[in-house]
Amino acid sequence: MAAGVAAWLPFARAAAIGWMPVANLPMPVAPTNKNKHQDELIILNVSGRRFQTWRNTLDRYPDTLLGSSEKEFFFNEETREYFFDRDPDLFRSILNFYRTGKLHYPRYECISAYDEELAFFGIIPEIISDCCYEEYKDRKRENVERLMDDLEDNKDSKLPNMTFRETMWRAFENPHTSTMALVFYYVTGFFIAISVITNVVETVPCGSMPNQRDIPCGERYTEAFFCMDTACVMIFTVEYLMRLFAAPSRYRFMRSVMSIIDVVAILPYYIGLVMTNNEDVSGAFVTLRVFRVFRIFKFSRHSQGLRILGYTLKSCASELGFLLFSLTMAIIIFATVMFYAEKGSSSSKFTSIPASFWYTIVTMTTLGYGDMVPKTIAGKVFGSICSLSGVLVIALPVPVIVSNFSRIYHQNQRADKRRAQKVQKARLARMRISKCGSSSAFLHSKRNGLNQSLELTGSLEEDQQLKKTTSLLESQHHHLLHCLEKTTNHEFVDERLYEQGYLQTALQNFPSQSPSLSSEEGITGTCCSRRTKKNMQPLSATHTHNLQELSALHIQCGEQQPLNTSRSSLNLMSDESGSLNCKSSGLVTTAIISIPTPPSNNSRASPDAPPPPNPDAPPLPNPGTDVVKISAL
Amino acid sequence: MGAVVGTLTMQTSQRQPSRDKIDDELEMTMVCHRPEGLEQLEAQTNFTKQELQVLYRGFKNECPSGVVNEETFKHIYAQFFPHGDPSTYAHYLFNAFDTRNNGSIKFEDFVMGLSTLLRGTVRDKLEWTFHLYDINKDGFINKEEMTEIVRAIYDMMGKYTYPALKGDVPKQHVDAFFEKMDKNKDGVVTLEEFVLACQEDENMMRSMQLFENVM
Repeated sequence: MAAGVAAWLPFARAAAIGWMPVANLPMPVAPTNKNKHQDELIILNVSGRRFQTWRNTLDRYPDTLLGSSEKEFFFNEETREYFFDRDPDLFRSILNFYRTGKLHYPRYECISAYDEELAFFGIIPEIISDCCYEEYKDRKRENVERLMDDLEDNKDSKLPNMTFRETMWRAFENPHTSTMALVFYYVTGFFIAISVITNVVETVPCGSMPNQRDIPCGERYTEAFFCMDTACVMIFTVEYLMRLFAAPSRYRFMRSVMSIIDVVAILPYYIGLVMTNNEDVSGAFVTLRVFRVFRIFKFSRHSQGLRILGYTLKSCASELGFLLFSLTMAIIIFATVMFYAEKGSSSSKFTSIPASFWYTIVTMTTLGYGDMVPKTIAGKVFGSICSLSGVLVIALPVPVIVSNFSRIYHQNQRADKRRAQKVQKARLARMRISKCGSSSAFLHSKRNGLNQSLELTGSLEEDQQLKKTTSLLESQHHHLLHCLEKTTNHEFVDERLYEQGYLQTALQNFPSQSPSLSSEEGITGTCCSRRTKKNMQPLSATHTHNLQELSALHIQCGEQQPLNTSRSSLNLMSDESGSLNCKSSGLVTTAIISIPTPPSNNSRASPDAPPPPNPDAPPLPNPGTDVVKISAL
Repeated sequence: MGAVVGTLTMQTSQRQPSRDKIDDELEMTMVCHRPEGLEQLEAQTNFTKQELQVLYRGFKNECPSGVVNEETFKHIYAQFFPHGDPSTYAHYLFNAFDTRNNGSIKFEDFVMGLSTLLRGTVRDKLEWTFHLYDINKDGFINKEEMTEIVRAIYDMMGKYTYPALKGDVPKQHVDAFFEKMDKNKDGVVTLEEFVLACQEDENMMRSMQLFENVM
């Protein structure tokens, strides 16, 4: 139901009185308006900009956020307004939609930002009104194409486990993937060029017997040219067969334009081989050689501009058709007129209407060879009209074709530019870094936190320093990641360590592993830093490895025994240890997660955030309890 | 060349209707009606000021020029009945609202009509309904008029109904209606017959009260 008509609903219901006398059955009970409040203004505060509207206006579209009870989630009790933390400029169009029933797309806005806002407010983009819908669709399509281009770029980079056939096909389609492909690409290009040049030079008259006319080179050096031709055709045949083999869908490949060109390019040679001895078809055979010129089309695999041209012509087929049709009409008209105009004059070249076609074409395209010229006055008049109108007719469809070509060409340019730009790669790299920046921050803080806990007493300045580096949000996030680690019993490590760890696990000796494992579970659990420390050790023999492990463990335990506070810092709950570590609530560096253990510990385990400062050291819990304590977060 | 000639001829054939359309549009936009004051309307109808405000806002939103013509009226009414074709019924409604018979409804007409329907006495409502049914406004409802109305109502249902609509269902309705209303069996129903018969019908009286709290 459109917007404004929602206000006419009372009218429609009232008009239903007209049905009453006709009806035979009693009417159902009308729904009562429960909250019969007067129509009130509601305030929508969008990032500080206040919009006001009637409640009824919003109620017009009950299946959107603002029209349904979903907006109650955003109601701010204190200020009695609805607060949305969204873009106020985009909100304007959305609110206008409620007011007028038409959703408009502002042209200066980014399409994805707009889509996001629509999705947030529960409005489907299909109801964008006609005035803006085309623009919206165009922009959306462009965006999607661009995203697909990017996706393709990323896809191109790596595809493991490809069969030989797939590798070959990819090499054929995209020569930049490997050096072999590039070599192949250039070799075929070279041979295409050689073949074309050969065909051309074959017909050049070169040298002659003194008593004969000039003979073309082809007839003089038949052998040489034949060898050249054979070589080229062999290369082309091999190439075609390889492509055929590598193609994922052979049938589709055989139907494609490029393969047809390939076939047409090499077929004359083979036909020639078969038919050399037959005299009367040699004329036809000569004609077949014309098809060898098709080899030049093979260059379109090498040149993108050529492909674009072909694609443009295909996409402008209707304009070209129109051009052809109108030209034909004009030619016929003018040819007829000229024929009859020149009929009277003697020795006129305009012997028939078809003969006049030639004149008309030459004149309309402003060539003007001058082999056929009108002699009568009428003929001259009509001839001039013909040439003037020719210019017009040809000039009309050309801009359409040109603009099409330009659009497609620029699209391709843009794609190429982006592919070539290192900026894209740098951009992706930067994004990746920022993404794993958070995880590395996590690892970093894990190590830091552990180091922190191992220290005796954190001085105040250090604590504050640390407080600066890890905000509350970060610490909560870290805690969350830590919980995840605990849940999966795996840890986060960075790439380098992961690879090392991967290699190391291959070398590790199982029995020697177990004591460390059991000791792990025993007291300190998985101390992240310990493991990372372990992983950071270079590859070594197992026993030294184990020694290192043990030593690490020893360090851990050793550090625990003498340093009561640090041990307690490990064993204590978050609030106390937090206080011990940093004496402030800003840094939550410890979290204690107890695995299924006595409830007393559970109740005290509170892996949340800022503990109040508690300088008094509370009593240590029973170290014998099976609590897996996590050190610093 | 031929194409050029062709386009020239196309141009001239289109010129005539477009000129008319432009004139029409000009007329439409120039007609901009403003209703009388709020107090006057409040005095003439049974609505409060706030209700009039709400009504006017809705009215003006859909018809910024201040008048509704039949096309818009049908379009608005069609929004409420997407299944069928309410244009016929909307046509009769339009005629019922358009008391001055000049092809457009101003806000005053609209609000007067609504006032009768929602806040009027039972007699007023019945009179209004009678005028709705009386298509040619001759003071009598005959069978053809009633059939038209009933058919229009059934058109609003659309094609997909359960049970499927059969051709003679409107006729049955009309017969039943005349059975009930036409006291002296003269083939037409007058206003008095209509009012009397409706007042006797309990169901109808109850249904009339249905729309008390629409606003």
